[in-house]
Amino acid sequence: MAAVERQQWDVVVVGAGGAGLRAAIEARERGARTAVICKSLFGKAHTVMAEGGIAAAMANANEHDTWQVHFRDTLRGGKFLNQWRMAELHAQEAPDRVWELETWGALFDRTKDGRISQRNFGGHEYPRLAHVGDRTGLELIRTLQQKTVALQQEDFRETGDYESRLKVFQECTVTRILKDTASDSGSAAGRVSGVFAYDRETGRFFVLEAPAVVLATGGIGKSFKVTSNSWEYTGDGHALALLAGAPLLNMEFVQFHPTGMVWPPSVKGILVTESVRGDGGVLRNSEGKRFMFDYVPDVFKEKYAESEEEADRWYEDPDRNRRPPELLPRDEVARAINAEVKAGRGSPHGGVFLDVSTRMPAEVIRRRLPSMYHQFKELADVDITAEAMEVGPTCHYVMGGVAVDSDTAAARGVPGLYAAGEVAGGMHGSNRLGGNSLSDLLVFGRRAGWHAAEYARALAGRRPPVDDVQVDAAAAEALRPFSAEAGGDGETVSPENPYTLHQELQQAMNDLVGIIRREGEMEQALHKLAELRARARRAGVEGHRQFNPGWHLALDLRNMLLVSECVARAALERTESRGGHTREDHPAMDRAWRNVNLLCTLADPAGGLAAADPARGQIRLARETTEPIRPDLLALFEKEELVKYLAEEELYE
Amino acid sequence: MSSYEARFQVWRGDEQGGGLEDFTVEVNDGEVVLDIVHRLQATQAPDLAVRWNCKAGKCGSCSAEINGRPRLMCMTRMSVFDRAETVTITPLRAFPVIRDLVTDVGFNYEKAREVPAFVPPSGLGPGEYRMFQEDVDRAQEFRKCIECFLCQNTCHVVRDHEENKQAFAGPRYLMRVAELDMHPLDAAAETGLERSRTAQDDHGLGYCNITKCCTEVCPEGIRITDNALIPLKERAVDRKYDPLVWLGAKIRRRPAEGRAPAGD
Repeated sequence: MAAVERQQWDVVVVGAGGAGLRAAIEARERGARTAVICKSLFGKAHTVMAEGGIAAAMANANEHDTWQVHFRDTLRGGKFLNQWRMAELHAQEAPDRVWELETWGALFDRTKDGRISQRNFGGHEYPRLAHVGDRTGLELIRTLQQKTVALQQEDFRETGDYESRLKVFQECTVTRILKDTASDSGSAAGRVSGVFAYDRETGRFFVLEAPAVVLATGGIGKSFKVTSNSWEYTGDGHALALLAGAPLLNMEFVQFHPTGMVWPPSVKGILVTESVRGDGGVLRNSEGKRFMFDYVPDVFKEKYAESEEEADRWYEDPDRNRRPPELLPRDEVARAINAEVKAGRGSPHGGVFLDVSTRMPAEVIRRRLPSMYHQFKELADVDITAEAMEVGPTCHYVMGGVAVDSDTAAARGVPGLYAAGEVAGGMHGSNRLGGNSLSDLLVFGRRAGWHAAEYARALAGRRPPVDDVQVDAAAAEALRPFSAEAGGDGETVSPENPYTLHQELQQAMNDLVGIIRREGEMEQALHKLAELRARARRAGVEGHRQFNPGWHLALDLRNMLLVSECVARAALERTESRGGHTREDHPAMDRAWRNVNLLCTLADPAGGLAAADPARGQIRLARETTEPIRPDLLALFEKEELVKYLAEEELYE
Repeated sequence: MSSYEARFQVWRGDEQGGGLEDFTVEVNDGEVVLDIVHRLQATQAPDLAVRWNCKAGKCGSCSAEINGRPRLMCMTRMSVFDRAETVTITPLRAFPVIRDLVTDVGFNYEKAREVPAFVPPSGLGPGEYRMFQEDVDRAQEFRKCIECFLCQNTCHVVRDHEENKQAFAGPRYLMRVAELDMHPLDAAAETGLERSRTAQDDHGLGYCNITKCCTEVCPEGIRITDNALIPLKERAVDRKYDPLVWLGAKIRRRPAEGRAPAGD
């Protein structure tokens, strides 16, 4: 048996972005000894890249804003597929979560009367996003990081050890959730008993024993070629949950942000914040036309301006004019850009033009959008105060994720497992509104930390034991890439380069399960995934275990392949277009699909991958009917609007 | 679009030692140094160790020294170099090497813990904070910091003087002290904590002789020396030598001494 160091904690949080840190702070404040594990250095998580703001109905910029309006906007944005209780809690609690950040030292931009300033964003009826220029994510992560340090300073004063109650294991990766065996727990599924991880710096394995684990690992964008996501976004938490026996919800919904950079090639996909449009930027095609007026879908017709004049008046007088169509939800704008480019009206490098230079004075642009000014100046030689940007869709966010209980963030089916933030599904339905991510992280990060701490406390003294067999199996799995050359089945086959496999996966997902989907292409994608799965078992690495990126990538491939299969299978199954899932062969939204969730589970309930049939794949798909939306929440909408979304029988219940 | 073969030297090794390794590698239009490092990993050196995350100058992970200058690899375009030039990449010099371009930056995290946290004002609940933009502007400039540690790496107080690391927090964390000192609602003074004085006494502000090296390397363009360090020095000096300020601080501090710090 491998000699693996073990430590005991009450709660282990996987991921140190907004959701992970908020969960860890909450768990520690509720008395749980809490460990945070993150793949990067502390303070570098992907949350840092969030630009526009945190959506919360504080009503600082428009007194009419309330949680009910925010809830309505969120459901419209998600095309009514949202797990409505999550959307309700999110809208109700977001203001408190933002204000709380101020008490931890955050410095948001201010209104004239000294309150937190709020800006306009796509799909939000009122200016709602608390922000700091266009670097809100940095402020969020730094504030949570500094709050974590503040708690460690408290612990140091009491115990003489900064890390006695809250420790960050930075540059470490979790590869398996450990569970007790059926005989220990008395339940077939087994309860969480800890995590198996390796230290990236040394390559050393270790086990953190804990009855409660919070997944807060973010998204899956690194399975796509053009993405705004960082290397960390390899779907780790999604895969860990699947392997532990928990289902993933609605994985077909992947958000393509309408505005990523398109040139030069090396920066293709890097995000251009929606604040550019929120603050007045407009989209034009190669003919100079503001094309978004042609793309307002029926469900949103009454809410968006029909002329440029009305749209322009809205910025000054929002009560008597309708908003510009550039501020439609992201899925609508991304599809429109895609269609313009396809029709031959794109920009020289295959995007469209996003212009603020003719809309605002140069100094206002530099003050409100400093990062964008810097990013285009440095990386593309474009001065956005003088010329238009070229932008196009980029894979940005996954709405699908671990199926969770709305109130507790507990993963379905695996006692002790929790999920919060992007890795959790349900909250955003089929499409997330801008600004709702940072608030989601805070609201559900806190809830996950809270309930994980309570669950762990209830198990004090009878913690589920760690199964040595699982630890050995996890160690063998992690070491596999070093012995790949031997060939798994006695054959002599040359090892595969993990970088090559990754590039092929990204190309396949981009081309075959991207922004516009077709049945034949998705079937082709499933075949390609089966081939890549087989080859990935031969992914080999050079060198040794100390800080070896090739090895790390070889291990991350397992997760990307699992998650990609979920996306492709669910996308093939859902024969309609809704939010972040657009089928060319089924272009309309179908009310019969409104209350259908698609659940992905691992084909082998024991968490094994080796035996999976290459053609049938590793994932099983099931449909379930969603819980009806509570009547008092439905009553927030006009009947005329509901008929566009809900099936007949839902309306008359 | 034109591509060419560039010559690179990359430092490879670990704490035992190492040296520069030569590579010839393709470069395409618009690429940055980090793209080239990724191409080396994918085609020639799969185990080449490097830190990176966002590739957009927002996370501060990919700090290294390029031709001897501390820079972010993701924000250094290849077009700034002559095509015939050999580009040399070495790890940050002020920190111990772990492997290849990855260094142990633990020093910074230790120093971060030594700066007392924001003290919330007593009597103001969440949602009751009122601050004006002109009053938060100064501290917001410092909060643009992406913690790339280039300033910490380049500061001559520690760059070639390992022995100073104990007593000197470095520009990033002195700036953090300045940021909290300039926060309109920080209530540290009411608990007896004079931030500008601790900058001098606890964090080694006196070592800084304002050569502005930190400001020059800052990828965020934060005017660390002019806007954080010099004002902090002025305030620290005022406190130390102005008997009235000193006395005032003493008197104000006394009633607070028995009180627990505000907050949770």
